This record gives sequence, structure tokens and C-alpha cells, in this order.
Amino acid sequence: MSKTLIRGAKVLGGEPQDVLIDGETITQVGAGLSAEGAEVVEADGKVLLPGLVDLHTHLREPGREDSETVLTGTRAAASGGYTNVFAMANTFPVADTAGVVEQVWRLGQESGYCDVQPIGAVTVGLEGQKLAELGAMHESAAAVTVFSDDGKCVHDAVIMRRALEYVKAFDGVVAQHAQEPRLTEGAQMNEGVVSAELGLGGWPAVAEESIIARDVLLADHVGSRVHICHLSTAGSVEIVRWAKSRGIRVTAEVTPHHLLLTDELVRSYNPVYKVNPPLRTERDVLALREALADGTIDIVATDHAPHPHEDKDCEWAAAAMGMVGLETALSVVQETMVDTGLLDWAGVAERMSFTPARIGRAEGHGRPVSAGEPANLTLVDTAYRGPVDPAGFASRSRNTPYEGRELPGRVTHTWLRGKATLVDGKLT
Amino acid sequence: MQRHLISAADLTRDDAVLILDTAEEMARVADRPIKKLPTLRGRTVVNLFFEDSTRTRISFEAAEKRLSADVINFSAKGSSVSKGESLKDTAQTLEAMGVDAVVIRHGASGAPYRLATSGWIDAHVINAGDGTHQHPTQALLDAFTMRRRLVGRDTGLGQDLNGRRITLVGDVLHSRVARSNVDLLHTLGAEVTLVAPPTLLPVGVETWPCEVSYDLDSTLPKSDAVMMLRVQRERMNAAFFPTEREYSRRYGLDGDRMARMPEHAIVMHPGPMVRGMEITAEVADSDRCTVVEQVANGVSIRMAVLYLLLGGAEFQTPSASAAPARTAEEN
Amino acid sequence: MDTHDPQPPPSQADARPVLEAPDIARVMTRIAHEIVERAKGADDVVLLGIPTRGVFLARRLADKLEQITERKVPVGSLDITMYRDDLRLQPPRALARTEIPGDGIDGKLVVLVDDVLFSGRTIRAALDALNDIGRPRAVQLAVLVDRGHRELPIRADYVGKNLPTSLRETVKVLLAEEDGRDTVLLGAKQTPQ
Repeated sequence: MSKTLIRGAKVLGGEPQDVLIDGETITQVGAGLSAEGAEVVEADGKVLLPGLVDLHTHLREPGREDSETVLTGTRAAASGGYTNVFAMANTFPVADTAGVVEQVWRLGQESGYCDVQPIGAVTVGLEGQKLAELGAMHESAAAVTVFSDDGKCVHDAVIMRRALEYVKAFDGVVAQHAQEPRLTEGAQMNEGVVSAELGLGGWPAVAEESIIARDVLLADHVGSRVHICHLSTAGSVEIVRWAKSRGIRVTAEVTPHHLLLTDELVRSYNPVYKVNPPLRTERDVLALREALADGTIDIVATDHAPHPHEDKDCEWAAAAMGMVGLETALSVVQETMVDTGLLDWAGVAERMSFTPARIGRAEGHGRPVSAGEPANLTLVDTAYRGPVDPAGFASRSRNTPYEGRELPGRVTHTWLRGKATLVDGKLT
Repeated sequence: MQRHLISAADLTRDDAVLILDTAEEMARVADRPIKKLPTLRGRTVVNLFFEDSTRTRISFEAAEKRLSADVINFSAKGSSVSKGESLKDTAQTLEAMGVDAVVIRHGASGAPYRLATSGWIDAHVINAGDGTHQHPTQALLDAFTMRRRLVGRDTGLGQDLNGRRITLVGDVLHSRVARSNVDLLHTLGAEVTLVAPPTLLPVGVETWPCEVSYDLDSTLPKSDAVMMLRVQRERMNAAFFPTEREYSRRYGLDGDRMARMPEHAIVMHPGPMVRGMEITAEVADSDRCTVVEQVANGVSIRMAVLYLLLGGAEFQTPSASAAPARTAEEN
Repeated sequence: MDTHDPQPPPSQADARPVLEAPDIARVMTRIAHEIVERAKGADDVVLLGIPTRGVFLARRLADKLEQITERKVPVGSLDITMYRDDLRLQPPRALARTEIPGDGIDGKLVVLVDDVLFSGRTIRAALDALNDIGRPRAVQLAVLVDRGHRELPIRADYVGKNLPTSLRETVKVLLAEEDGRDTVLLGAKQTPQ
């Protein structure tokens, strides 16, 4: 196998060091390493991070290959510095059987750009009524450990309780999309000052918070762990903070867009800002940043949700919900967390690699950058700043809310087990 | 004036007064033997209605025809729209036909804004009601009716509604008429009070430029105009209020309540009225009720809007600066 | 009428008066007499002024006719904005008032009154507007100043002053009711910078 020497990289933002990769493994980390026999990548002060792990990606295959496939989605992931993504279950057919999750897992293996860990549905067909075969999915080749009906909420308290209990048998985790369905009928955007003015159906914060409150209490009661998907309100932060202080085993994620964007953008009626959960207020954004910094929110997950152009090039009510995010996530985190002084790069590595891998029990990912570890790495030019150009995306879809917006940071290299998937910003 | 009329909130005070003054002149055309002006000859206006609304559509159509525009009515029912053709495709079809203005009624809030700003079409866009967002020509015709009744037909020219106390009663939450009226009446200097059960007021209403009350009886004696909003019976099923009887007892306008209004005060309704729910027949048929006038005024207002948007040259002018009637060069 | 201090725009700074207040009064009186004479007592005359200044001139004429004939002469206004042939060359214009006297114009002798006759397009528009209002016995035209340069086959029946001009000149009529004083100014047209 080939050797690669990454020279002068700020590992996790620290002092510049050299990192030697031999085959699939990091063999040496230190100053002035010999380049003999190795291809040299001059890092020149760029930041070297462990390969990023996304606990919340929609790859759309099978069923909606017009918006994304496992191949295009994993290429987008590699472009964004990811080496492992968790693929949500809301495909067609739904990933609620061992057969579907194995298919997705295998497509990921074949792509070679990024490991794909399928997430299994909690209930059959995401319908919230009957538990899917969670054990069979865990025992399959895909070895599913994360279960979610994402896009829909497991709203029935008894089904949620059973799911939380059942996955304890194999250390699984239920990732809840917290959205009380009756409170969000016809909901189009965050309920508040802007929705009142625009006449768009309101999506109250309490619809998210009430489910989170219920689920942390359920998790406590049955001694299970629960993960909260894309937490979006200041109130949700308070509930998770309280639950953690009580020792309840809850973890939570926030998306990059909820760290940056607010519902004021909906005034344009441009459906590129239509997303579930909806963009909230400035106050929520600031609370989410603070919670991510202090550890109340454990991780950043993209909720990468590709949609074809026609599903966004229409009136607001008719448009699909969701934004692509894999290729801009790190830039948004730098903009909102690092450049604001809330988080250092070690903190970013914690929240975008180590912890998501630990929550999802992803073997070989989210490991330290040190000798003997798998060479899953990403190199970031943090001095870069430029406008987002969706035309350059590897994703099949272009539904980004950041088109033309100046953002800092650019991933230049990604290595998946020693193999370069991205070199100088270009996919291999 | 801007190129489009999407929201009453986009109008400055001077824009709004210019529209009302222009409508006052347009109203006089209705008194003539030949109720027609050649002004928009050769201009094509499409009435693009994705929602049924016969009264709004015929009001626009009458206005367009009185100004001699070529009128195309496009109702979504039975058209390709119901077969899944998108708003964008429909817009581009109309663009290809060379229409000058699109009057759009749509069930989705923001659809007219998208039509005007997405680059799908070059035509002027006039919002004839979108979802629960805005219905600016309704607000203008309401303001016109108020100015005529409360300030005066001729004395009102050039005037706004400064200091007039206007009360809007009913389903504010689902009402584009309420939103448009609050915006426009505030711009025109009126003092607006919304009266509704708390369930029918939107979260965030506290930031609107108006007062909010849950009590109709205490508001009536302080009102120069009371506008009753339609309350759809379906709302009961979604638990917005318990029964029709309870709603009309607390928020309906009957003869006894009307007697508590000041003598000069008027009762308005954007129609269609739900008699027995928000308004009794006695009130609806009284001469203080301006419903029929509002319909007539609707045509004048829509003529004014069409004239001011389409009657002149295609370039931006500073807000509200209609040119003087004539300059010395033009005699 | 609310009068204000007229601030002549820069283009009129070097304009020179060609008619002063006494001249205007005199020619209006003369026109009134001509109308009585040609209309044989003027019993069916209706005066319609074209806004803005034509309306004031029409009212002055009506007063003079009343002095001569000792009868009220119906007077109104006719806004021609909506009938203009150049609407699309200008931003939308504010409308002025059309006020037809109570007995209407059917079978009457309508005398249109305007301040300046130039291209004739205003009068063409006025004739169209009249057509939508009724059917007069005849239509005549009275103007304070005829400055020539007709673009349509239109002529005035009563002219206060024939004023040969060049197209590079402007004629501006100021009237006390609107401008605080009576005068007619001849000036040079400002070429746009």
C-alpha cells in the first residue's frame, strides 16, 4: 500500500505537525517526519480533523434517485470532509427490513467515497403503529444500531416506550424526530411574528418541546438512551439541559442551518428556506449555539435533504421541506461556532466526529488523530472565505439556502482509510 | 407605486391616498351613460384564479373592461393546473401569450409574491387574495368606503383616515382581509382594534400596529367603523370556538349591539356574510351597513389600481409621484 | 383658492411676459362677447374647462357671460387624462375632475376652454371624452394663447392671442387661482443635461 505524508498540518487546530499514513492506518504523528517513499501533501497550516461523521443524512436511494443516490450522496459527503454518514430510513421502500438496510449498506461499500451506515425505521412504513423488525436489522450485514422514523415523529407514547426498551437488548438508540402531529397540522413555518404576518401556518416550538420532554422522561423511566434529532428551539435546549442534569441518557443534535438562519428569511417566500423543523428566531439560534458550545447539544448533524429543482421552484405551500448540507456543514460551523470564539477545532472534532461516531457505535470512525488509528482524515483550509456556488456541488441536488453567501473554510482533502477521496478540493 | 401590488404593507401613505383619489374619479365613470374609458386599450389582463371567488373575479373583470383592457379569465378548475401543472408553467404560458398584467387569486400564501419575484414572468402582478396572507384591493376598497362615509366624498380628496377608530371583529387568524386592513389602515393613520376570541388571533399579533381586545361590547362605543369578518362554520370542528350560538352571542353583531355604536358609525363586511353567525339580518340590511357600497367601490378601486400600474410608461417613478395632469409642453 | 408665492422654476428665469394681467382680462372679455355674438345670445352654451388652468378660464368666461347676458351659464370641467394618446410615454398621471353641469351636454353648444393650443392632441382627447358623455349640438374651442405647431387638423374658434413661437420655446400660463398672479410667459426650453 502507498504512503502519504501530510506535512505541517494543525492537528485539531494545534501546532503544525506531520502525519504519516501507511496503507489504511496512521503510523506516525510528529515533527519533521521523513517523506521517504511517501506522496507529500503540503498542509501549509491547514487544520487536520478526524473524518467527519454525520448521524443524519438522506441519501434518497432507493426510491428517489432523481434527487440523490448513495453514490452522489457519498461523493457530496467526501467533498464536505465526511468519512461516515448515517442514512435515514425514509426511502421508498422504507428501510424497515433487513433487506433494504443491507442494500443501502452495500451500495455505500461499493461507492468507496464514504462509509454508509443505514438507520432503520422504528415502525413499519414509518407509520407509527407497529414496530419494525429492529433486531433483524441489527443482526443484518448492515448492523443497524440507530433507529428513526425521521420525517415523522414516533408520536404514540406506548410505541415510543416499547422501542426505547426493545433496542436496549443490542445497545441500540432511537433517534426521535420530535414533532407533535396534531399541533403541526398544516404547519408551514415557525409560529411567531413572521408567520402571523405572512399568513403561513404556524409550527409552534411547543410541538417539538412537548415530545422531547415526554421522551426524556420515557427514556429515564425505562433506562434507555434516546437521541433527539435536529433540535431547533431554545425551549428544547432547556429540556435537554434539565434531563442531562438528572443523569438521563439523552443526546441531541443540531443542524448547521439552525445555527445560522432564522425565520426572517421566509419573508422572501423562497422555498429554499422551507425545512423541517422550520427555521426559528434569532433567540433560538443563539441558544442553540450556546448549547452546542457547552455540550448540552452533543453533535452537529446535517439533515442533508436533497430535493429536485422542481420541488423547490414553486409556491411555498407546494414545496418540499429540506436543504442539502453535507458540502457546507463545516463552513457553517466555522462561521457560527469557531469564528465567533464559541468552539475551538478540537471542539469541532468532538461534535462532528468523535461524539456522533460514539452515539451511532460506528467502528473505526471518530478516532483520535494518532499512530495506530484508521486513517480517516479531513484537511480544512480555514483561511479561505468565499461565496457558496451550488453549481460545484457533488450532490445531485442544489437546494442550498447558502447560494452566493460568503462562508469561511474549505475542505481540500479527505482520506477514507488511507485512500484519498478528495484531493485539492476535487473528488478522486 | 411599485410595479406590482402584492401587499397592502407595500403602500406608502401617499401611494394609498393617490389610489383612493384616483378611485374617486373612476367612480364618476359609473354615473355616465357610457361607462367605459379607452385607457388600457390594447393591454391584456389575465384573471388567474386558482381559488373560486366569483365576486372578486367579476369585480376585477368589470374594472378591466371599463378601462378597455382585453380580459382573459383563467380559472384553475378544469384547466391543466388541476392536472398538476405548476404555477411556474402556468405563468410562463401566460408570459408567452404576452399578457401585461396578472390578477392572481391563490390558496397558498405568498404565491403572488413568488410570481412577481421569481423571474417566471415580466407582467405586473396584482394580488387578488393569497391564502391567509393579503388581499390589498379589498383593504383599499374598505378604506375608500370609510373615507367616503367618515370624511366625505369631496372633502376626503387628498385626505387619509387620521384618528378614525376602526374595529375588526372575527376570524383574524384565517383572514387575509384583516391583515391587509391592519396594514393599510395603520398607514392611513387610523386607530385599529381587533376583536376576536383568543383562538382566532395569530400568535405574534401583539407586534401588529393595532390594539387587541377579547370584548366586543366595550369596543363598540369607541368605533367609527366596525368591520365584521366572516367566520366559517368549519372552524367549530377544529375547536376554535364551541358552538355557533356561543360565537354569535359573544362576537356577533345584532341590533342591540349596533345601537351601542356612535350615531355616525358604520358597519362593514367584506362578504360573503354568514347571517346568523357574525351578523344578524337586521344589521346586514340596515342603512348603516355598507356591504353593497363596498361592492360598487371595489370596481372603482380596482380601476384605479389597474390604471396606476398599467396606464403609464414602463419605468420606475419615485413613490407616489404621479405626474401632473399636464405639462406646458403638451398643450 | 389657496395661493402661494410662485417660485418660477429655473427654466422660466429668463422667460419674458407676453401677456400681463390686464391683457388677459381684456382678451377674456373679448372672447365672451364673441361667444355671445356667434352663439346668438348663448342660451344653450355650456363651458367646459380642461384642467388645470382651462377650468379657471372657463369660470372667468362664465362670469363674464353672466354679466353680458344676465343669465347663469353652466360651467364644468373635462379631464382628458384617460383619453390621452401618449399615456404610455409618461409615468401614470394623477386624474383631475370631470364635472358636467346638471343638465348635461346633449343638444347644447359646448365651448371647450383651455389655456394654450399647441399640437391639438389635448383637444382631440377632449373630443373623444365628450363623445362618451353625450351628444352636443356643436363643439367650439376657446383658448387664451394659440402658439401654432398643430399636429392634428384642429383650430380654435376663439383665440385670446396668436403667439408665433419656435419649438425651442415654452409658453407658460400663470393664473391667480393656481399661481398667485396672471401672466403668460414665453421662455426657452431647457435641454436635458
